[in-house]
Amino acid sequence: MNAATQFDTLPECAETQRGLIAVAMSGGVDSSAVAALLQQQGRAVVGLTMQLWNQRRLPELQGDGPAQHRCCSLDDVYDAKAVAQHLNFPHYVVNFEEQFEARVVRPFVDQYLAGRTPIACTNCNTDVKFEPLLRMARQIGAERLATGHYARIRRNDQTGRWELLRARDETKDQSYFLWGLSQEQLSRSDFPLGELTKEEVRALARRVNLPVAEKPESMELCFVPTGNYVQFIQAYSQERGISLRSGEGEIVNENGDVIGRHNGVHNFTIGQRKGLGFAAGKPLYVLSIDPEKNRVVVGEDDVLRKTVCEVEAVNWISREEPSAPLRAFAKIRHKHEPAPSTIEPLDVTVARVTFDTPQRAITPGQATVFYDGDVVLGGGWIR
Amino acid sequence: MNRVYLDFNATTPVEPEVLDAMLPYFSAEFANAASIHTPGQKAGAAVETAREQVAALIGARPQEIVFTSGGTESDNHAIFGVVAQSILAVRSGETAKHIITTAIEHEAVLNACQALEKEGVRVTYLPTDRDGQIDLEQMRPAIRPETVLITIMHANNELGTVQPLEEIGRIAAEADVYLHTDAVQSAGKIPIDVNASRVDLLSLSGHKLYAPKGIGALYVRGGTRLRQLLYGGHHQRGFRPGTENVAGIVGLGKAAEIACKSLAEDARRASTLRDRLQQGLLQRVPQSRVNAAAAPRTPNTTNLVFPGVEGEALLIALDLKGLACSTGAACSSGAVEPSHVLTAIGLPPEEARASLRFSLGRHTTSADIDFALNVVPAAVAQLRELSPTYRKEAAAKT
Repeated sequence: MNAATQFDTLPECAETQRGLIAVAMSGGVDSSAVAALLQQQGRAVVGLTMQLWNQRRLPELQGDGPAQHRCCSLDDVYDAKAVAQHLNFPHYVVNFEEQFEARVVRPFVDQYLAGRTPIACTNCNTDVKFEPLLRMARQIGAERLATGHYARIRRNDQTGRWELLRARDETKDQSYFLWGLSQEQLSRSDFPLGELTKEEVRALARRVNLPVAEKPESMELCFVPTGNYVQFIQAYSQERGISLRSGEGEIVNENGDVIGRHNGVHNFTIGQRKGLGFAAGKPLYVLSIDPEKNRVVVGEDDVLRKTVCEVEAVNWISREEPSAPLRAFAKIRHKHEPAPSTIEPLDVTVARVTFDTPQRAITPGQATVFYDGDVVLGGGWIR
Repeated sequence: MNRVYLDFNATTPVEPEVLDAMLPYFSAEFANAASIHTPGQKAGAAVETAREQVAALIGARPQEIVFTSGGTESDNHAIFGVVAQSILAVRSGETAKHIITTAIEHEAVLNACQALEKEGVRVTYLPTDRDGQIDLEQMRPAIRPETVLITIMHANNELGTVQPLEEIGRIAAEADVYLHTDAVQSAGKIPIDVNASRVDLLSLSGHKLYAPKGIGALYVRGGTRLRQLLYGGHHQRGFRPGTENVAGIVGLGKAAEIACKSLAEDARRASTLRDRLQQGLLQRVPQSRVNAAAAPRTPNTTNLVFPGVEGEALLIALDLKGLACSTGAACSSGAVEPSHVLTAIGLPPEEARASLRFSLGRHTTSADIDFALNVVPAAVAQLRELSPTYRKEAAAKT
């Protein structure tokens, strides 16, 4: 099947609302293809590109890399604008620097300094893209906001709830980052790429001659374009006057025996093997991080495997909060194969996840997302 | 779509008469104004006519007008030029030169001053009151023996507020300090007389007064010690080298001539329409206020705050309905940045972000104002409906 026929057979949008739709445009191929797709469906499109980070900040991190690897680079903004001009719909750059820093960057740094391993993209989705950006989209007259996420939304007529589903293209699925969305947010969002593969999206981009059709994908966190979190956290903390407690500390084994020294807990993440900085008979992994005692606890691989974790800020999507334990496949990181488990609600926003078999490196700060097949039941932050 | 443009402080269209005057100089009369031959002399004569026309607009002598690429170049030339050429009196004991400016200048002045600060020049940024007016009693003591330049904008681009240039000029003259004024937003809108106001340097820009973009002028009072910014050939007496933009210069001259003739009538018309827009919005939009309402303002400008609204979203909503207006400043990506002007007049950040500027033009019609009065209140109401903070406040009041 070629891309054109695939495109022609795309299902209609869940609602028959034919008014203005806003597209969140990063300047990449995915969100650009969304705009093209919606326009071909006869929708009136307005493009919005978020300015999230002032590039003049932390210039020491920008390095000499090509501009496309810099956060919120003007090149990306120009790319989005070029796509809008090519397709001939209105496009605006909107400033969300303040919200992005308060809701994404600062919590990200604070979490790392607290010995956790945060997922900034989830916060950005829940608290920026589908919050102030969605609101702005509605304020300027759009009913809905479409994004380039690979995931699916559908309304369940029996339950009346909006459901979040995995993308058809499993290799691109981003549902793990979207578990925080409320019913209200889902009801006003569109993920037109959920039914497409990346190849089909590129083919579509080429077919309509998008100027970004051949643009490489960005894999890194947008505000840490170098991928070097430690360097970013140090530079940001220094700029904001956040105390780093980064002095050296102890590396201990499970018994509390000191077996080495480290250079700051924010350099470590659970399950990490590299950078422990000393030799050992068997490979050692980071088991836990104790920022209070400035300690990194290490141990062997089998100790890293755990069966139980607690999650907080739990959000249920395809169903209401269960009153009894339920079975689900739980995914503890983006690249984790969902594992059979029992989810036991402890109170409205806290649940205990018990896996049938031990899982490696359950990491505080990451999310556990509960799946029933392709359907996202809900999720929560790992304590 | 019906489009109404109320953003004439950003730029103006080239007046048809101006365009007609310019057209011959692109092809038929293409010669270099510095050439010795007859075609060159013809182009040179057109440049000199334009110099007279621009001089007449501000009460200057033609030889005191230097054509530049626009307001930014004029501002930079004046500021860097004066500072570079100035000599500190040895007896003052100071080694750092000093400039006085205001907190509400255009970026062309502010960023030039900040660049000089990095080179060791000291800068005083005079504050303004809530109406965007500087306090002359604060300005006087700010002048020091090592002060080499006072640069204060005539009319502000965002608010339209006009500074008391004649009094500023008198204080500067008494202190024997050079005075530069950025008159980009006032030229053609309100009368300017460089002698009455005793300014030594004045910047103006073509595209703000119905001439094209890429042409401007710097008035330099005879005898002013000013280093040139660019080095090159002998054009404009070697003071501003670079082959003259003859068509642009002719356009600026023609536009200045028209402005001279129609200034009083334009101002009367614009202020009538502006006041109707302002009053209408105040009546139709609950809790709206005019920023810097008590100050003398250019007749075409009004800046309103609509509490509970993001100006950025309002601007976009209005643009999608066909009304073009402006928030404060845009950064290089095009996103809206908090306005340093609105912050400087003491607006809290949320009100600065909730402000919108409407600036009228020579050909703005009563129907344009009706359109704005129709779409703006509806758009504000729609934004407020979806604003969590505004709804909370409204709920708290009832």
